[in-house]
Amino acid sequence: MVKVEGGTYGALYRAPDEPSRISVDAFLMAVDPVTNQQFLDFVMENPKWRRSNVSPLFASEAYLHHWASDSTLGVAHPEQPVTNVSWFAAQAYARWADARLPTVAEWEYVAGASSTSADGRSDPEFLAGVLSATNAPGGGPLGLTGNSPANYWGIRDMHGLVWEWTSDFNSALVTGESRGDSGLDRKLFCGAGVIGASDFTDYAAFLRFSYRGGLSASYAGSRLGFRIARSLPPPS
Amino acid sequence: MNRSTFTSFVLLILVSGSFLLTGCQSDPQISGEEQAVLTYAPAVPAAITRNHPTKVIIELETTEEVKRLADGVEYTFWTFGGEVPGKFIRVREGDFVEFHLNNHPDSKMPHNIDLHAVTGPGGGAASSFTAPGTGSTFSFTAANPGLYVYHCATAPVGMHVANGMYGLILVEPKEGLPPVDKEYYVMQSEFYTGGEYGEPGLQPFDMQKAVDEDADYVVFNGSVGAMTGDNAITAEVGDRVRLYIGNGGPNLVSSFHVIGEIFDLVYTEGGTVANQENVQTTLVPAGGSAMVEFTVDVPGTFILVDHSIFRAFNKGALGMLTVTGEEDLDMYSGKQEETVYLPEGGAIQEIPGGAPEPPTAQTIAERMDAGARIYAANCAACHQPEGQGLAGAFPPLAGSDYLLEDTDRAIRALINGLSGPITVNGVDYNGVMPAVRLSDEEVANVLTFINKSWGNDGAEVTPSTVTRVRSSH
Repeated sequence: MVKVEGGTYGALYRAPDEPSRISVDAFLMAVDPVTNQQFLDFVMENPKWRRSNVSPLFASEAYLHHWASDSTLGVAHPEQPVTNVSWFAAQAYARWADARLPTVAEWEYVAGASSTSADGRSDPEFLAGVLSATNAPGGGPLGLTGNSPANYWGIRDMHGLVWEWTSDFNSALVTGESRGDSGLDRKLFCGAGVIGASDFTDYAAFLRFSYRGGLSASYAGSRLGFRIARSLPPPS
Repeated sequence: MNRSTFTSFVLLILVSGSFLLTGCQSDPQISGEEQAVLTYAPAVPAAITRNHPTKVIIELETTEEVKRLADGVEYTFWTFGGEVPGKFIRVREGDFVEFHLNNHPDSKMPHNIDLHAVTGPGGGAASSFTAPGTGSTFSFTAANPGLYVYHCATAPVGMHVANGMYGLILVEPKEGLPPVDKEYYVMQSEFYTGGEYGEPGLQPFDMQKAVDEDADYVVFNGSVGAMTGDNAITAEVGDRVRLYIGNGGPNLVSSFHVIGEIFDLVYTEGGTVANQENVQTTLVPAGGSAMVEFTVDVPGTFILVDHSIFRAFNKGALGMLTVTGEEDLDMYSGKQEETVYLPEGGAIQEIPGGAPEPPTAQTIAERMDAGARIYAANCAACHQPEGQGLAGAFPPLAGSDYLLEDTDRAIRALINGLSGPITVNGVDYNGVMPAVRLSDEEVANVLTFINKSWGNDGAEVTPSTVTRVRSSH
């Protein structure tokens, strides 16, 4: 893990009574998403998270279905990011690793860093690159972790390799019907007030938020993985 | 009416034949169940012959895939059913529709569907938000007849639409639509790509161009050439043709026109009343539709365009309707005569001292210069300023094997015109080039220019060669 310095992040959606920038405390974040091999180690030590044992409450039928069996990867490459894992399983892994999932704010804060700046969101070229990576076609085999250049914090593959679970994904503020999200009556979901979104140009962020909006905690998908984070002890 | 009398009334209809139905105000109850047959453009599902509403089950899959946008140009399309535009859905007024939206596991994005035919929040969008590898089911009653657009409404909605997520659903009125000989599905839309029109390779979506409404491609049925050449829609002389026209947008309004046809009837904006006759060009709103009907009287190729005409010439908004059958020279004669036109008077005018001879080119450079001007005035509109042609409609001149391998044939094409199938650089074309009224000197100049421009390495063409070819006929 690497240390991410604290700062503020301009929330895409916010309630009228929330500040326009959300502060993020310094924390630790994994350089790469969790891999098939790492998740296999977890499953071997925690049999209840094996494919054949897991409760359907905690993971859909798609859970780890790309592995050859409960305990063998088969064609799944050990260094590919693990996918087809539910939020519950990701949470369990994080606890096992003495860590936690990052929050949406933490994840988005790190995702906004370009290779040279902690905040690349004002750089149209960076945003265009993120959108293009996010928008690259799915299907075909996943790439391996560790092959893309690190961002300002030394963290890799925030965009384009896999979507990632966050601890509070279900507070993502987009409902299914995007144009309804700016309505006052949808505040419960969108928290958007009259204006709705703070930035109409960051389409990749819209895509991420709408993706999170489509998730339920037992969902497992072939393009959805996770990485772990850890809080720092409060300064003494 | 109580239940038992209603039942006997239905029986009466069954016994007496359906014509009684026209006198009946209330529609029969929903009965039966069927799986909807959906079609890819330009096909339309068969007309509904049921005289009662039923339960219709619709299954539609959202996918994300790389496909051809133009020759040499690819794009990551998001689709309803694997193609752009999405599959055509046809139901009957009063049908109870059970809709299953499935999102392919390889999709990266969640999707949903907003059917403009649905009365209810989001037109189904709120109920059909579907993550990759999952499916959603919702149902609705097709209460209002008409031709409706459906599209994905997931945030950012513009991007989902710009990537190809739209199609048409026809809710046939319970009395049906008048029978016609041919029905086709035509949907216009535009694409915003990182590269300019024709720039090869896999092109990304360009958000800024979409916001600025600065489209690189305006196309019918999802790609340049999807309705031209071998992909043209067809009819025979005398056929009654109905086009179901949709406009997916995301931004541009279409001025839909068929060159050489007049719409006998237009159902403006896809409503159920044929409210206009004898229409040349009909407006199709973004996120809207129109139905047009016409009878084709003469054979030939009729070009479908967005009459915001630069979209047709420069951005791909071209389609073709090929009509075969007997000529009707009273309806359309073709060119009958060409005469000299002198506004000052009937007699041939003599300028004292004789008309000055137009300058003749003495060198290849002069011939090239003169040829460039003739090209710009006579040829560039179709073959394009750089001789690159227009995919599916007008063959290229730059690097054209057809042009360069036979100079006499090229001369004949210019002085006589050219029509019918030809193959240029392995691509088939089947269009019409009119004869160009040029002197032998001018033909020599423009062909020399074409033969030696844009990388072509053909020979100089002299006026005497043109004279020889012309006189050999």
